[in-house]
Amino acid sequence: MLPNFNYVRPATLSDAVRQLTPNARVHAGGTDLLGCLRDGVFTADTLVSLSAIEELRGIRPALDGGVAIGAMTTLTTVASDSRIAERYPALSRGVTAAASPQLRNQGTIGGNICQRPRCWYYRGEFQCARKGGEKCYAAEGENQFHCVFGGEVCFYVHPSDAAPALVALEAMVRIVGPSGARSVAADAFFVLPSKDYTRETVLGPGEIVTGIVLPAQPRGTYGTYRKVRARGAWDFALAGAAVVATIAEGRVGRVRIVLSGVAPIPWRVPEAERVLVGQRLSAKSAAKAAAAAVEGAEPLAQNAYKVDMLRGAVEEALLELA
Amino acid sequence: MGGKKDDNERRSSRGVTRRGFFTAVGAGAVGAAAIGRAQAPGEAAIATAGEPAKVALRINGRAYRLLVEPRWTLLFVLRERLGLSGAKAGCERGECGTCTVLIDGVPRYACTTLAVEAEGHEITTLEGLMNGDKLGPVQQAFLEEDALQCGYCTPGQIMAAEGLLRANPRPTLDEIRTGMSGNLCRCGAYTHIFKAVQKASELKKAGGR
Repeated sequence: MLPNFNYVRPATLSDAVRQLTPNARVHAGGTDLLGCLRDGVFTADTLVSLSAIEELRGIRPALDGGVAIGAMTTLTTVASDSRIAERYPALSRGVTAAASPQLRNQGTIGGNICQRPRCWYYRGEFQCARKGGEKCYAAEGENQFHCVFGGEVCFYVHPSDAAPALVALEAMVRIVGPSGARSVAADAFFVLPSKDYTRETVLGPGEIVTGIVLPAQPRGTYGTYRKVRARGAWDFALAGAAVVATIAEGRVGRVRIVLSGVAPIPWRVPEAERVLVGQRLSAKSAAKAAAAAVEGAEPLAQNAYKVDMLRGAVEEALLELA
Repeated sequence: MGGKKDDNERRSSRGVTRRGFFTAVGAGAVGAAAIGRAQAPGEAAIATAGEPAKVALRINGRAYRLLVEPRWTLLFVLRERLGLSGAKAGCERGECGTCTVLIDGVPRYACTTLAVEAEGHEITTLEGLMNGDKLGPVQQAFLEEDALQCGYCTPGQIMAAEGLLRANPRPTLDEIRTGMSGNLCRCGAYTHIFKAVQKASELKKAGGR
């Protein structure tokens, strides 16, 4: 049985913001939230459900030729949208690779980028630093599924398959809160533990993600997402890469390579991107970029295997675009 | 609360069934909060912690009005309040799939869905796939293909298959594998389960509901 909480289902966004008092939590799809409540990862006095706010659902054309996705749009809806599949294949593949059919039917794109860490110490009965304790148990403990980049004080990996694609596509995250609406680049939405290990996103008190805006992509832009996992389905990434590249006259112009499963945030690797600019995408340039992508990785005692896996994932993703 | 018993129980000539008895006992509470009425435009639905609120659910084509605490999952309400025990409790954290039901025709985990969130949606459980006394096509296919050993995951497998076939009536083997990937079978009957889904597709095409 879940612990007790009040339940509010506001009809409007402004009411939802008003209801989001300090110990209230947003209920989007609920797939992550209810698990956290059941396991006592955190508590909530009140759940504020967004399910009656129709404006948060659906995929629409945005200004300047982009596409806007409401935060409450399910992963299944995003995965089956032909505009997303044609113009933003990296995102389409990311959401398709996430979770299971049932979870994709329930989980939302807004909730997906607000997931709490899946670290088994954080989810388990350990009073770790992120839960107000004194240390990260993964640093010295069972860390085969933890990060090789950007840990420093807390070594979880960001669980989302959509987020790396959103960063690679230079998407904007729309947010509404007590002081109005704002937009944050997907790249700046996620918070590194070294900056603040008590939260994963820049959302402030009373703020709600209301949607994602995907900018129009220049002609000749291609993208993909490669996810490596232990099972063929329904598993988190051990390593992965979202790649979006604009190719003109056979040469790479703008390129974004963002890693999944290896850092507490979607991890962009500008060094690897620089290797490719002005080059033709070939086995040779892809291998060189993949090597640059893992440069500086700092594996823990049990997860050095991720480095090779990651190099392979980046290489494969790049060659898919060649 | 009337209408607690499923069709089989109502047909029972033995008087009070065990399941019927327990659900009737659970139905005594009165004096509810105000969530159950249709949510008026511009108005928030509110339910207080620990207090049963009136909720209207539509399950297998039938309307139920019942008292529900905010923290109760749809799975709990189906099994423990309505006696619809087709959906099974397994992991109770969205990891095994045996609680799968259809919500508005698509498979979801009843264990990670709050009952209050299911209001206003069409819920289909395993019981809802019956054709009167007869098994529905997916159920029949699982029987014919021997697609189970212990059977605990089977209700969820059948509901996942039903959802898959509603969205994609003629799936390829790969599509079946993907579509069924949210349901674990610890006996490892997967090969037979995939065959059963193919069979169910044929039975449905041949005129099964």
